[in-house]
Amino acid sequence: MKRFFGKSFITALVAVLLGLLAGAVLMVFIGANPFSGYLYLFRGGLMTIERVGNTLATATPLILTGLSVAFAFRTGLFNIGAAGQMLIGGLCATAVGLTLVLPKPLLLTVMVAAAILGGAVWGLVPGLLKAKFNVHEVVATIMMNWISYWTVYYVVPAYFKGAYLETESRKISEAASLKVEWLTGLFGGSYINLGLFLALISVIVIAFIIDRTIFGYELKAVGFNRHASEYAGIKANRSIIMSMMIAGAMAGLGGATFYVGYASNIQIGVLPTQGFDGIAVSLLGGNSPWGVFGAAVFFGMLHSGKGFMNAMTRIPPEIADTIIATIIYFSATSILIERNWDKLKKRAGGAK
Amino acid sequence: MKYVVEMLNIRKEFPGVVANDDISLQLKPGEIHALLGENGAGKSTLMSILFGLYTPDRGTIKVRGKEVGITNPNVANELGIGMVHQHFKLVYNFTVTENIILGMEMKRGMVLDTKSAAERVKGLSERYGLNVDPHAKIEDISVGMQQRVEIMKMLYRDAEVLIFDEPTSVLTPQEVRELMGIMRNLIAEGKSIILITHKLKEIKAIADRCTVIRRGKLAGTVDVASTSEGKLAEMMVGRQVSFRVQKEERQPGKVVLDIRNISVLSSRKVLGLKDVSIQVRAGEVLGIAGVDGNGQSELVETVTGMRRAESGKIFLKGTDITDMSVRERIKAKMAYIPADRHKHGLILDYSIENNMVMKVYYQQPFSRNGLLNGDAIREYAKRVMEQFDVRSGQGPAASARSLSGGNQQKTIVGREIDHDPDLLIAVQPTRGLDVGAIEYIHKRIIEQRDNGKAVLMVSLELDEILNLSDRIAVINGGEIIDIVEAGKVSENEVGLMMAGVKRGETA
Amino acid sequence: MQSSMWTVIVQIFPYAIAFTIPLLITALGGLFSERSGVVNIGLEGLMVIGFFASALVISKLELALPDIAIGLGLLAAFIAGALFSLLHAFACISLNANQVISGTAINMIAGALTVFLARNMTGSGNILIIHGLVRRNVPLLCKIPVVGRLIFTQTYATTWLVLAILLVSWFLLYKTSFGLRLRACGEHPQAADSAGINVYRMRYIAVMVSGAFAGLGGAIILVTYSGEFTGTVSGLGFLALAALIFGQWKPLGILGATFFFGFASTIANVSQVIPALSRIPGILLKNFPYIITLAVLVLSSKYSQAPRAVGEPYDKAKR
Repeated sequence: MKRFFGKSFITALVAVLLGLLAGAVLMVFIGANPFSGYLYLFRGGLMTIERVGNTLATATPLILTGLSVAFAFRTGLFNIGAAGQMLIGGLCATAVGLTLVLPKPLLLTVMVAAAILGGAVWGLVPGLLKAKFNVHEVVATIMMNWISYWTVYYVVPAYFKGAYLETESRKISEAASLKVEWLTGLFGGSYINLGLFLALISVIVIAFIIDRTIFGYELKAVGFNRHASEYAGIKANRSIIMSMMIAGAMAGLGGATFYVGYASNIQIGVLPTQGFDGIAVSLLGGNSPWGVFGAAVFFGMLHSGKGFMNAMTRIPPEIADTIIATIIYFSATSILIERNWDKLKKRAGGAK
Repeated sequence: MKYVVEMLNIRKEFPGVVANDDISLQLKPGEIHALLGENGAGKSTLMSILFGLYTPDRGTIKVRGKEVGITNPNVANELGIGMVHQHFKLVYNFTVTENIILGMEMKRGMVLDTKSAAERVKGLSERYGLNVDPHAKIEDISVGMQQRVEIMKMLYRDAEVLIFDEPTSVLTPQEVRELMGIMRNLIAEGKSIILITHKLKEIKAIADRCTVIRRGKLAGTVDVASTSEGKLAEMMVGRQVSFRVQKEERQPGKVVLDIRNISVLSSRKVLGLKDVSIQVRAGEVLGIAGVDGNGQSELVETVTGMRRAESGKIFLKGTDITDMSVRERIKAKMAYIPADRHKHGLILDYSIENNMVMKVYYQQPFSRNGLLNGDAIREYAKRVMEQFDVRSGQGPAASARSLSGGNQQKTIVGREIDHDPDLLIAVQPTRGLDVGAIEYIHKRIIEQRDNGKAVLMVSLELDEILNLSDRIAVINGGEIIDIVEAGKVSENEVGLMMAGVKRGETA
Repeated sequence: MQSSMWTVIVQIFPYAIAFTIPLLITALGGLFSERSGVVNIGLEGLMVIGFFASALVISKLELALPDIAIGLGLLAAFIAGALFSLLHAFACISLNANQVISGTAINMIAGALTVFLARNMTGSGNILIIHGLVRRNVPLLCKIPVVGRLIFTQTYATTWLVLAILLVSWFLLYKTSFGLRLRACGEHPQAADSAGINVYRMRYIAVMVSGAFAGLGGAIILVTYSGEFTGTVSGLGFLALAALIFGQWKPLGILGATFFFGFASTIANVSQVIPALSRIPGILLKNFPYIITLAVLVLSSKYSQAPRAVGEPYDKAKR
């Protein structure tokens, strides 16, 4: 318990508070009342069981993209491509869902597998480029984001065009959706879906891999010091490639939970913001699987409640994105907090 | 004036350590004043204060009798103080001239006037006999010339007081003698020199007086001519020091490592190692002597598996390992203590115990079916730490970063030796360590040899090579100049070989 | 056959240039930052800041001060970009934060904040300006055969501004003491420090220049081919980063790289109107610049001329 409330947690807490403060300043700037703004924001996320369900449903893709970024980060890689991997995963899942006709459990399994595979491929490419050619993964993953964007842009209208709009796909059938009756009923008709359980299982699996397996040992070693790892006989290239594949797979799974779970079709011309929010989630969660879970739920609440806040006050919903972005900034500069943390501890120890 | 520079009662503290505790040093005009101390004693810190890279917490500095505050290198330069750094501060893809004028550029209006600057550089080079090419790029010139560029940086700024920080670690014995000649030239031209070093022989050869620092405190200032090396060493370490390691006579056994006609490309796509053949036998220490950058890295990298050879073969106990992976070589009982313990030897952000099992974590009992066994790892780490005197305040779970340099090296040595290797490769095993740690590691290396293991040692410290080796192979320009019995060769002869001169030839 | 090829080129050329120029100025900004040793992933966000600032200023002023509104808008973008980049500078230089994360944070804050403010202004989140820049012929030079028709006809004033900045940048970087010192900070900050150069101050200046240039780039998008603030610059900031790497951190190399990207993207965009190109599937054309970038990065990886110390925070205590 003590370890949980240690330095990382306090750093995260301070970053969150600073971000909320920045949000309050913005609210005042446009002439709104920050107290009522935040009141409606949090109520919007938690007020009723249906809203709680929506918060969890919104958090689900964030958990997975957060895991994606956090996992890659452990190996020393920046996965800015979670958005593209998520989109491709969603495309794969939707494509399978609209093409195959199978009983629900089997269909969902195939769809989820397709999403994981699609995401893994999308992560494999930058991983390979980095391992073999030392191409910086930031630029490579961003290029992959745009390639997935344009791929969806053309593939969806060509093969899966929606009934009413050109800019979206057909709706998937009930059998292809991750939503299930009993779960939706439990949460009063919200968007909640099986994706939440998939996300939870992923958190447990990833935590296990990182802490308890040889594979995790090697990944962390390569992330900390690539040279020394190679001198010890670890194949760094292989670790990098595998790490990006798994990161891509996680984000691809996130795509499935969103596009065939929360939603029922896929839009073109949009790179899912959850991909970039995953970076925020990972940072805030201290790059640890359970930290990611907590941070994702918090952000899910912000996103879920912003609509209600906008309806009740006049505050544009983009404030949630601004707050999240500010939280990342403060997380990145957390070294300031860490430095003062040591100073504060000394002072507290001396004052006794 | 009596003193050109005075540093009085200097105190400098960093988080957790007092680097300088009430130290005083006075430099007479026209003298060569040595600053002696072990690694980590505080010599570099003191001189960094003089050069303006740090400011002292307490104490005063006087230059030519006047009290001054040296807040940055520009102020030091204006006062006529310059520093030749141990790790050269040169920009590799700039030219010699650009490096020298950086920060004090000659301009014609807005534009850099590199032509006039180059002429001035050439003039200075000729006046002091430094032989430097103003238009060459740093990455293309030799280490010796790079050092002379560092010296020129000071002369260009009309420095009167020159600080040399461990200048001879990168030079052959001949180049060291050349450097001493240059230093005498500088004194003759009216400069004063402070020489930071831990090498007693050099102090005796060139210094007038010597200030000794031990663990951040002043141990004394002596007249060099009337003080023996032994006394200097005692002041530096605080107790009697034995210079030679106890070594029994041994009969070397079978060939363990057999390197045949190996040629290796260096990172710059030229042959770093040319058709080299060496054998190391069980029960002997083969020392590789040579100036840094003559092929030692390529040799070690190709034997350990980090670099592919272009041609030739390597055999370990009769098995052809030329194409084996790093891990396979480790399994074949090859141990390796790398030159850079931070970059290659340890994962500093990992715990000590995780570092301890770095080469065996995938084997039983440390893991099974892909899962790590934390308890087994911890027990093992504790045992090795005890056996190899690794001292950590927080136990094996602490991060490796928290260990001192000596304890970090002992961790690596412990890890490598505990696997009971047949071949131990040690590169610069005692670099940056204090005398206690050096003695300990030398003892363990000799112990391996006495137990019938083969040891291949690469070191830039000639004393270490002469002390520990049974046979010495001298490397120069990627080739083995000669292999000699340690007891039957003088330091001078080795020095000549390091410069490429074969035995029997004249320099 | 030849004349229709020529017609195609003449038709595409102005679009290609219009696309290239914001990319070029942003990449130049990135050049300054990286040459001083600071990676600036936040170029995308800084472009958006400039995009927004210029839209705000021009839309408010264009009716009252029609002659200088655009100039003021460009200036506003320049300043806004420089100021916003201070966030990145402070985090990376004074706090030694991870430069990639800080840059990503900049992108996200810029994207969210500008839309937030714009939505507050107009409800839709887009800001329209009525008058953009008018294209003009360069007197005399446009009469030169071939070259004149191609380069000096129907150009934007900002194109010449940016090319002038390119020349000044080249001069600054290689012929002045400022440039020498800047490059030293990116190659070997310890050497610069011991030569008495204030590495921190140099890096702050360089990052602010990158912010100013990127901001200007965003503004140029507005006044040349966009005409409306839409909240995003569609990845141009990242493309500029790729151009910087492709151009091997040299001003002339960046000119070539951005020009290449400009052409590649334009071909994709105008493919429908040009018969010769409309047969190629849209998906390939649109993805072409990104795939080519990846290919180029792979090919140039062996010869990377990146500044040696780029991306590493400079810590005085470490000698």
